[in-house]
Amino acid sequence: MDSISKKTKDSPNSTDSPESTHPSSFPDEVLEGVLSLLSFNKDRSSVSLVCKDWYNAERWTRTKVFIGNCYSVSPEIVARRFPKIRSIILKGKPRFSDFNLVPENWGADIQSWLVVFARVYPFLEELRLKRMTVSDESLEFLAASFPGFKALSLSSCDGFSTDGLKAIATHCKNLIELDIQDNGMDDFGGGWLSCFPENFASLEVLNFASLNSEVNFDALERLVTRCKSLKVLRVNKGITLEQLQRLLMRAPQLMELGTGSFQQDLTPRQCAELESAFSNCKNLHTVSGLWEANSLNLPILYPACASLVFLNLIDATLQSGELAKLLAHCPNLRRLWVQDTVEDKGLEAVGSCCPLLEELRVFPADPFDPDILHGVTESGFVAVSRGCRRLRYVLYFCRQMTNAAVATIVQNCPDFTHFRLCIINPGQPDHLTNEPMDEAFGAVVKTCTKLQRLSVSGLLTDLTFEYIGKYAKNLETLSVAFAGSSDRGMQCVLGGCSKLRKLEIRDCPFGNAALLSGLEKYESMRSLWMSACNVTMNGCRLLAREMPWLNVEVMKDEESDDSHADKVYVYRSVAGPRRDAPPFVMTL
Amino acid sequence: MIKRIELSQFSLNKQVWAYRKDKGVGVLLEIVMSPPLLGVGEEADQSNITLLASPASLDRNVCHNILELKEHNYMGLSNCSSVDSSTISTTSGGNNGCLNLKATELRLGLPGSQSPERDSEFSLLCSPNLDEKPLFPLHPSKDGNYLLSRKTVGSGNKRGFSDVMEGFAEGTFLVSSEVNVILSPRPSLNSVLKSVSVKENTGTQPPKTKEVISKNTAQEKPCTGSEIGADRVATANNNSNAPATKAQVVGWPPVRSFRKNTLASSSKNAEEVDGKAGPGAMFIKVSMAGAPYLRKVDLTSYSAYQELSSALEKMFSCFTIGQYGSHGAPGREMLSESKLKDLLHGSEYVLTYEDKEGDWMLVGDVPW
Repeated sequence: MDSISKKTKDSPNSTDSPESTHPSSFPDEVLEGVLSLLSFNKDRSSVSLVCKDWYNAERWTRTKVFIGNCYSVSPEIVARRFPKIRSIILKGKPRFSDFNLVPENWGADIQSWLVVFARVYPFLEELRLKRMTVSDESLEFLAASFPGFKALSLSSCDGFSTDGLKAIATHCKNLIELDIQDNGMDDFGGGWLSCFPENFASLEVLNFASLNSEVNFDALERLVTRCKSLKVLRVNKGITLEQLQRLLMRAPQLMELGTGSFQQDLTPRQCAELESAFSNCKNLHTVSGLWEANSLNLPILYPACASLVFLNLIDATLQSGELAKLLAHCPNLRRLWVQDTVEDKGLEAVGSCCPLLEELRVFPADPFDPDILHGVTESGFVAVSRGCRRLRYVLYFCRQMTNAAVATIVQNCPDFTHFRLCIINPGQPDHLTNEPMDEAFGAVVKTCTKLQRLSVSGLLTDLTFEYIGKYAKNLETLSVAFAGSSDRGMQCVLGGCSKLRKLEIRDCPFGNAALLSGLEKYESMRSLWMSACNVTMNGCRLLAREMPWLNVEVMKDEESDDSHADKVYVYRSVAGPRRDAPPFVMTL
Repeated sequence: MIKRIELSQFSLNKQVWAYRKDKGVGVLLEIVMSPPLLGVGEEADQSNITLLASPASLDRNVCHNILELKEHNYMGLSNCSSVDSSTISTTSGGNNGCLNLKATELRLGLPGSQSPERDSEFSLLCSPNLDEKPLFPLHPSKDGNYLLSRKTVGSGNKRGFSDVMEGFAEGTFLVSSEVNVILSPRPSLNSVLKSVSVKENTGTQPPKTKEVISKNTAQEKPCTGSEIGADRVATANNNSNAPATKAQVVGWPPVRSFRKNTLASSSKNAEEVDGKAGPGAMFIKVSMAGAPYLRKVDLTSYSAYQELSSALEKMFSCFTIGQYGSHGAPGREMLSESKLKDLLHGSEYVLTYEDKEGDWMLVGDVPW
């Protein structure tokens, strides 16, 4: 049991524990010494299943814990099992909350976790949160409770403001990392940056690119100057090119840079200075930011391009020619994120310039305007696949696609692990043949045997899901929207994809039969999300009754009828039903 | 709308995705079993629905069952009655204007709620064009707003001309077919900036639903449109998801709302913004209350509100009313067709601009 006390170190020969049926081969300290070298939690989970001794040894040596669903476990349970945690990754809301499908005040509040952590892990160093609700008070509490706190990363979180950041900057004397990404936060000004004390010099990672308010540049420059170990710096668009040059001169050791605005009119001398600054950064392998970059200013980057591995142009809105010229200098690129303003021509340049490319993400510049005709099409994707045979991760937003193109693409690049194709118009067929896109995804799952993550779109019948169930044996995450013809589709997936962990479905004609066909499967999954499908309250109640270890939560929309279960979120949990559920979340 | 479509096999689940070739949209169809009917359906619109049955049967010509399909509109309703009713209320609200000259009709309502356009909209609603919007089983509470915002213009603040005159304490204005006038008593900046708006060019600007944040609405008539406004305020967390110019599906496409394109970056797409002189230029219309014509300014040539303000002051100096100069200062997030109001420091005018989502905003809040 967990409450067994640790064997003391002065009894190295006491290998017998009352619980083990045979003496273990190693003294505890040896076992623990060995196990402490294990870093992957998957390995650790396997280890902990061997026997009780190993379970105990593992739990005493684990320092990092990853909790993919904050409601699957309670902070008390975590604290009881793992006494020596220093680093925690916590994820909260279902992923569809990024797209406004989850109402506000749904939950996933970090405070209850922090209270327990403050008591049990006073030496906590790292906290990485995704889709959690974090208040300013929580940030203040964090800053006050953990004297050795080193790294804070907030991604897609909400509920806090720059005031909370002030508390972190002021009180976390040992801070190494402050990474603020894409949150629903309030920005009351850039004064938080000036809260870092003048003698504070330990920062290695600073990312405030998503904050809009200008920070005090002098304070930033001084901070960058004295933090000699700074490796990652992502500034916001309030920083001009001129200011960037000064920062780069202070931090030539940077490995990852997010620039500010790239729009300034530069004199030739300023250009030369910037080029020189970039060429000084010998370790630079990642560049992002580049707001409003234009063809006049992009060449400043060229000296740094040869060693670039990751280029994030999401905020840059480049046209095809500009991208082509830039990529001509980036032969070693492995990851590229662009907007679809680069169009197919730009993607052709990707194919010809970046043979080592492994990851491509193409985002829509105008996702909500249905009249837009440009952007990227299937030809751009095919062009990339011809030149970049090592592609394994793609996220592609387009307005038209064909089955043939996708078949060609996966034939060129059979190593896909993540294939996320979003045809922007829901339910759109192959634009040449008008057939459903079933064969496209059929080709993907048949050819890409290593596929772990798949997002489907376009006009799809149950055939797509038959293919997925039959061939996608390594699939772990599946996202489905506006697809399928009947319950059979979902049943195929639940029955066939043995490694499925996350299934998220919206606006599909899957009903109770489909939901209940996965009865036993859901315990081996992290979660299931179904919204705007045909599931009823009775179906959900039945699921909840049959599977006591699952939390079956339903959120109803205001105007739907009583029997319809509008949003269903099912997940396994050892913590029982939520105690903090808001009124609109019904646990069945 | 009831259409008759032959199927060789039907879904047990009673719902199936189909693709309307004529409209270019996906449609969710609910299958209602009924005995075969004689005669052809009444619907004049002979749209081609490509109905895909279960995969096994590709032979659509074989008719085992004739089913009636009810096409669901965005609300999951099988007729458009709900949309129609709200349209009716809007037009009736619009007729309070009681001026015969539609182009110069004064109403209190947010910009975009324009009488001349409403007539055309009303007819649009009854035409098959309604189906142009993607029809999905959306959640009425949220998504209703998006569709309604397209067609049911404006919100509850519509008053007749006489009402407008009464409620307006100071300032004078000229009504012409080209001017958007904003009535905004200076002392209470927080009061809603009610616009007495006249549509200048009906074709170019799609109507938008505006949030009505109204404080001085003593004479306001309640209207179903205001429910839309209220709903929109309530679903504020959805606002960032999509500009409410067209029917939108909530959360689709799955792009994170944090990652919005500001106009500054999208201004590089020359074809999207009207009247651009060249790449990177961002022209917007500036209008001053009472001026017979508007001006256009290039936002990118200024770097602060103050600069723009003084530039516009010079531009409009010939139109000063009384002893006041005039300025116009637009915000960043705007389409080029937005109308600007003049701000006179310390005068009775308030500076406002219309942003991408169609909300009237006070200039100066957003960093330049």
